[in-house]
Formats: sequence, C-alpha cells, structure tokens
Amino acid sequence: MSSFQGVDYYNSEILLAEDERLVRNTVREFVDDNVLPIIEKHYEEGTFPVDLVPKMAELGLFGATLPARYGCAGLNNVAYGLMMQELERGDSGVRSFASVQSGLVMYPIYTFGTEEQKDHWLPKLASGKAIGCFGLTEPDYGSNPAGMITRAERRTGGYVLNGAKMWITNGTIADVAVVWAKLDGEIKGFLVERGTPGFTAPEMKGKHSLRASVTSELVLQDCVIPQANILPGTGGLKSPLMCLSQARYGIAWGALGTAMACYDTALNYAKSRIQFEKPIAAFQMTQEKLVYMVTEITKAQLLCVQLGRLKDQGVARFTQISLAKRNNVYQALEIARMAREILGANGILNEYPVMRHMANLESVKTYEGTHEMHTLIVGEDITGIAAFA
Amino acid sequence: MKYAVCINHVPDTAAKITVGSDGKTIDKGGVSYVISPYDEFAIEECLRLKEKNGGEVTVVSLGSDAHKESLRKALAMGVDKAVLLKDDSTRDSFSVARALADCLQEISPDVIFFGKQSVDYDDSAVGLMVAEMLGLPSISVIVKLEIADGKVTAEREVEGGREVVETKLPAVFTAQKGLNEPRYPSLKGIMAAKSKPIEERPASAAPPKVEVLGMQKPPARLAGRIVGTDATAVPELVRLLHEEAKVI
Repeated sequence: MSSFQGVDYYNSEILLAEDERLVRNTVREFVDDNVLPIIEKHYEEGTFPVDLVPKMAELGLFGATLPARYGCAGLNNVAYGLMMQELERGDSGVRSFASVQSGLVMYPIYTFGTEEQKDHWLPKLASGKAIGCFGLTEPDYGSNPAGMITRAERRTGGYVLNGAKMWITNGTIADVAVVWAKLDGEIKGFLVERGTPGFTAPEMKGKHSLRASVTSELVLQDCVIPQANILPGTGGLKSPLMCLSQARYGIAWGALGTAMACYDTALNYAKSRIQFEKPIAAFQMTQEKLVYMVTEITKAQLLCVQLGRLKDQGVARFTQISLAKRNNVYQALEIARMAREILGANGILNEYPVMRHMANLESVKTYEGTHEMHTLIVGEDITGIAAFA
Repeated sequence: MKYAVCINHVPDTAAKITVGSDGKTIDKGGVSYVISPYDEFAIEECLRLKEKNGGEVTVVSLGSDAHKESLRKALAMGVDKAVLLKDDSTRDSFSVARALADCLQEISPDVIFFGKQSVDYDDSAVGLMVAEMLGLPSISVIVKLEIADGKVTAEREVEGGREVVETKLPAVFTAQKGLNEPRYPSLKGIMAAKSKPIEERPASAAPPKVEVLGMQKPPARLAGRIVGTDATAVPELVRLLHEEAKVI
C-alpha cells in the first residue's frame, strides 16, 4: 500500500499488464517506505543514501531488463520505465544511481563485453556488491563528445589511459568505471577498476541540485589497465550513444515520477489551503495550473507507454527517445515550478518535495543530452538538416 | 508441511471511498485494490515457516477475477500455488467461510492462516468460522508463532498484554500486525510468478445469513470548539466531555 494513489486521468492503467502494475506498485511501496522518510535529510546534507544500495539490489532494481543468468529480473521496457518513474518520484538522485548502474554500466558490459567480463561484473553489479559509473563527458566536451581528449594507447599486455572526465554520477563510490577514450582515433570503451594506479575520482562539491547523488571527476594519469579490460564490442561514438539511449529512456519515465509527485502535492495543498474563506483550489488561476499539470502528465504517460512498447518490439528510434526525454523533463520542470507557486511560501520548505524536485530537474534537463541538443536531434530527424556539427 | 493462507482483495486503505448509487455497496470507480494488510502478515508467516521447515504454501482467495491481482502478488512474494474460488456474488462472512472451508478440506493443510480481519468489512469472523467448520483449533490475533514437532506455541494480543497459548496441528491462525515484517515481492519474483498458474475452482454455494441493507459514510467531523484558555474552563470541559461527547 502506498499513500500515493497515482495519477491516471485517462485510464491508462488498462494499457499496463498485470506484472507491469505489480512492478510499479512494489517500487512505489519501496520508495514510500525507504526513500521518502530519509531523502530530505540526505539532500540537505549533500549525501547519497548508500544504505539503499543493498535494498534496491535485493528488490532487483539493477540491470532489471537483463536476463536471469546474471541474477537479473528480465523485465520488459515498460516495467523498467515504471520502476524508474517510481524511483524518481522519490528523488532524481536515487533514480540516477539506478540509471547509471543499469543503463550505463551493466548495459554496455552486457552488450559490448566478453563472456568473462559479463560473468565477472554483471552478478556483482546486480547484487549491489559492486557500484559502477560511466565516464564519457569531459570538462571541455559535453554536448560534443566526439571531440573527447581522453586517449588510450597500447602498452605491452594492456592499455595506458590519459585524460579527465567530469560530471560523473557515482564516480567516487564506483568499483568500476566504464571509461570512453580514443584508441587510434576511434572511441572505445574500457573498464577501469577502483584503485588502479593513476586513476582517481574526486567528488565535485557545491551542487545546488542532485544533492543526494555523488557527482565526480575521473582523472586518468598514465593509468595502465590490462588487455582484458577493453570492451571489445565498442567502436565509435555510436557505442556510448547506445548506452545514453537506455538512460534517456529511463529519464523520460523518471521525469513523469517527479511531475506526479509535484502535482499530487499541489492538488492536495490547493484543496486544503484556505484563503478568503475558501480553498485556493476554488480560484480559477489555481485550477488553470492544476489542469495544465494533469494534462501534461497524461500526455507524458501515453508517450512513455507507447515508447516502451516500441522499445520492446525493438523498433524505438533514438530520435523518439530524444523527443520523450526532451518533452517530459521540460514539462516536469514546468509542473514543479507551478506546484511551488501553488504552495506559495510553503513551496520552498523541505516539508514538501517540490523545491527538491525542481532543483533536481534543472540537472536532469541538461544531463544525458541537453534540452537543446534533443531539440536539434529531433529537428535534424524531421528536416533532414543537421543544425549542429 | 502444507501451509494455506487465505487472502482478500480490498480497497487500498489510502483510497477515498464513496457509497455507490445502490446505497449498499461502495463505488469501485477509481479505487485501487490491494491484499488486505493483515493478510500480508499471514503470507509472510507462511513463507517463513516454509523457509524454515520446508513444504508448500498455497494461497486461496474467494471472489471475482480481480482477485487474481492479489493472488499474483502472493505468488511473486514466493507462494507456490494459488487458487481462486471464482465467485461474483455478494456473500457475508459465513458464506465466504463455508466456501473456503470446503476448499481447505480438500487441500488439508497443516497450517491455515488468515489476517486477523479483512479491512473492507472488518467482521474479524471468517478465519474463526473456518476453524469451527473444519473442527480445528484456532488461535486468533497472534503476534508470535513457534512450531516444533507438531506442537504450536503462539502469543496473542489481549487487552493490556499478551497471552501465550499452545495447541497442536492442524490449526487455524489469524495474524496481527507485529507478527512479522512482510517482504516486498522482488522483481525476479514478479517475473517468476507470471508462469505460475492460478487454479480456478467454483466456490461452493452457501446462502448468506446476513444481508447488507445500506451503507453510510460517517457524518462529517464537526469543527473543534475552544471552551476556554485557562484552568477556569476545566469544569465546563469535563461537563462537555461527559454529557455531550460521552467519552468520560
């Protein structure tokens, strides 16, 4: 049971299978019991709730779409999306942890790795005994990852890596980093383990957003890794972009979770807050905001379910994922801001989740492809003309 | 050892309930349904007994196809078999107990579990009626259970304390909050439950003995009243609590 009853204006519940609903309800209850009671304190103190990792692993949240032989649940994409929705209804930082572990670490190892790499890492990552991170973005190469400076060179028995990565979720706490570097001019993926000489991952401080999440730099200085640590299936920018498509898909659902949390909070507040002897929900300007929220949530829900079905059929295009990530995060941020307005001064307090979600969504709007880049990706797709690069 | 746990599929305790147009049933529109919370303690206890002693857990529910959702969740938590006593009619506690007792007679479990009450009608009757119908001992509202060599020791909640009771198997138990902390179904469990069948059986007929004539929402709570702000108001407060509120 959850005190959160969901938002379902269009009876989209009937679009979900029984097991998909059960996954959502289970994660919803888990978030109510384990995330919501502790998250404000972690947010305020700027700490990631590491105690959640074994609990999330026990539930099977990591690599949930991967097959049972690696200790994973083998969910379809809609169930996976619903799981992300509920996690982010808790906090974007908690969802980010699961996104990175699943979509950006386990997925590339599963897709591009050797049997040995899969057998070694996937069960550890699924059980939360190992934490992973994904190093693509660099200080000077964000939206333009093709220009990355990080280099790999062959060395007897392995590779030597040099370069720096930035804005890396989980970096400091990771046991293994999936690092992208150019080898003979081609982008390849490498597994760099914690403690490897020449590899450090200092935490970035001073964030006003995603405060319950670890964000780090990765510094590679003559870092030598064994031959066996290259992901042999990787080749070119397409490889990391495939990973990002996984993560962006989860974000499209996750944003919906924050939007639902903010709408639910604002609706309840508006119905109980009395001004001029009536609930503020009775005022037209409040109703307009609430209607905007429920409309955008409803549209985003339908978008997500259809995208998930396409993904399950193997026909979802990355441009469609861009459209969903762009729209849903943008609308979630709008909804968070409106919710804050409805709550008035109370909206800035941590008694309500609204301001935290709003601040988090500012990051979510920019990471995993900025709002602007997704605009240009869809723009290129429909016009055939690239407006960048 | 064979364990059976009987569960009900009830409106979520957080759902806002309204009376339907017939004045006798609730309006089910927009209400989500869950396993009755006390039944979750019963499921968890059976799973723990099975993990400790081996055996098989069967979950039984009487009702419409909608109950499959709760049966599926029980399977996802780790229950082995599920039986739906398919029935769309309106039954009272006696009628439900009769059909469950007939089904349980066939399964013949060593341990039969219920939640102490189903949170829809709150009769707290079905579990104990079933025990009576099957001629089995029953221990209700238990918060602790130990089973060793067929001997059962249970602790049950009584007014102001606990009572320790012994009996022998087979027996019927009803679970109280505090008995355990129910697990979440794992995502793997949910996927595994997809391939576990839910056996449908007809529920045996038993005419109800009680009929619901009408349902009413409790009257809206009146606004509070401030009687006074210092000690001089105490006599008036006592008088009101005694005469108006009738609580002292």
